[in-house]
Amino acid sequence: MTSTTLSGLNVPPRPFTPWLGLRDTLGVAKRNLLRIVRTPQMLVIGAIQPAMLLVLFRYVLGGAIAVPGGSYVDYVVPAVFLEAVLIGGMTTSISLATDMKSGIMDRFRSLPMSRSAVLAGRTLADLARSLLSLAIMVGLGLAVGFHFHNGVVAVVAGLALIVGFGYAFSWMYATIGLATKDPETAQVAGILPFFVLMFASNAIVPLTTMPGWLQPFARNQPLSVTIAAVRSLLEGGPTAHWAIQAVAWSVGLFVVFFAIALSLYRRSAA
Amino acid sequence: MIEVEQLTKRFGPLLVLDSVDLRAQKGQVVALLGPNGAGKTTFVRILTTLLMPDGGQARVAGYDVVAQATALRPLIGLAGQYATIDELLTGRENLELVGLWYHLPKRDYRRRAQEALERFSLTDAGDRLVKTYSGGMRRRLDIAASLIGRPPVLFLDEPTTGLDPRTRQDVWEFVEELVTVGTTVLLTTQYMEEAERLAHYIVLLDAGRVVARGSAYELKEQLGTSVLEVRVQNLSDLDHTAALLAEFAASPPHVDVNGQTVTVPAKAGTGFLIGAGRLLEDEHIVLDDLGIRRPSLDDVFLSFTGEGTTGSEGAENERAHEPTGASR
Repeated sequence: MTSTTLSGLNVPPRPFTPWLGLRDTLGVAKRNLLRIVRTPQMLVIGAIQPAMLLVLFRYVLGGAIAVPGGSYVDYVVPAVFLEAVLIGGMTTSISLATDMKSGIMDRFRSLPMSRSAVLAGRTLADLARSLLSLAIMVGLGLAVGFHFHNGVVAVVAGLALIVGFGYAFSWMYATIGLATKDPETAQVAGILPFFVLMFASNAIVPLTTMPGWLQPFARNQPLSVTIAAVRSLLEGGPTAHWAIQAVAWSVGLFVVFFAIALSLYRRSAA
Repeated sequence: MIEVEQLTKRFGPLLVLDSVDLRAQKGQVVALLGPNGAGKTTFVRILTTLLMPDGGQARVAGYDVVAQATALRPLIGLAGQYATIDELLTGRENLELVGLWYHLPKRDYRRRAQEALERFSLTDAGDRLVKTYSGGMRRRLDIAASLIGRPPVLFLDEPTTGLDPRTRQDVWEFVEELVTVGTTVLLTTQYMEEAERLAHYIVLLDAGRVVARGSAYELKEQLGTSVLEVRVQNLSDLDHTAALLAEFAASPPHVDVNGQTVTVPAKAGTGFLIGAGRLLEDEHIVLDDLGIRRPSLDDVFLSFTGEGTTGSEGAENERAHEPTGASR
């Protein structure tokens, strides 16, 4: 029992720099990735849900839905890619709420680490997980008869759009997690925006099949816009119109929910 | 190192801290002693920048805990009854990440994590997931984590609650070691024994108010010179005995039903013992034991709070009062 471990008190704090903020964020991301890797059952269950959606739309409902000028599998699979990423993002709200409930947030907040690192590290780890789940879904999609009909650059851009929208959305989930502070409530609350955006959209059925009062919302809401852009990038068709709007939605959602989440996190010390 | 004036905190209608004053010099251990729900954890959470006070001022290491929270955080460490470590990480990963978040260079935090594992006898368990640790091991890891940044001011919130005697002894020795290198420690505890052994200065907190303060010696002096302790043979005599002894007492007698004992802070010396013995004999109360002893801190606690310390059961969650709802 030496006291050498206790020497060196009063080390002057290092001045805070953006580099330290990034380092804090990567530390939080590492912590969350380790947690994800060590609960592989969550990863497996997380992959099953979107796989079931794929099977449901491809084989169960697919026969009953007609889309103009193409096969239903090529119509619905790009949307399922995006849904897979959004479903995975729900764990952001649940894990943040779990952290809020446990003592670990006290540790984080009593440390000199950057305030945004706790949230940025969380969403970064979830981004890594959504990349994995997207890779799995692309494999499954190809297995059930989906085809890319566009060049490599466009396809990569389309997949990047999915990941970018998913990342922006994870800040909305972070906001839900911080606002509810309870994992069960966060789970229920997190499903609501997903359901509204997914069903009142062009994801599963063409917009023209919907009643007239619903169409303006369904056409212009962020999920529909992004799905339209992704479809044109993966399958060909006019791209610029939808892609610009989709990027704008992603950036807008990110900025707004980043600000709300950070202020909720800061205020949770009140 | 710690200067607190008139600190006040409410949770809704509940006044959790009522104008609390507290000071600690560099290298001192100050114990905040009180029963469950006295406001100890709330006090620590305000001083560690986790909670905003509603009134009063608090400075730690020269920094205001509200206005200069960012500058203060590198200088404090916090370990508590709610071990704030990650179950799905190994002990070493927990320590290294905390070192990273204290903004230590990688080489330093790796070395310090290794040293801390050795110091806290966790070397063998260092690369195991924390969820496999016992309660005592978690607490040691939690304290180790709070020291990775070598903070000059350390907050220990009930560091030994629920620990076995051996681990408790370890924690005590460790706090004493910290004092030799000049660390200032604010310790909260429900245990008299702990406050008496570790603290240079004790602040007695009850229902959010400071009811007494001073060194262990000074607190005992406030109570008087001696305490009369009577154990009756028949439980039925207990209340009657307490009533009889009340007239001799400097403060109300304390009745312990389990021990069949009445404890009375005495007004005067041995004459009191003889008088009390005669009175009880006249009333035909059969005694197992009758004696005078020096007051313990427990007596101080009882006379100021009207409540037992070690006797109060379980861990009623102080934090349950908080609207932020951080209980587990």
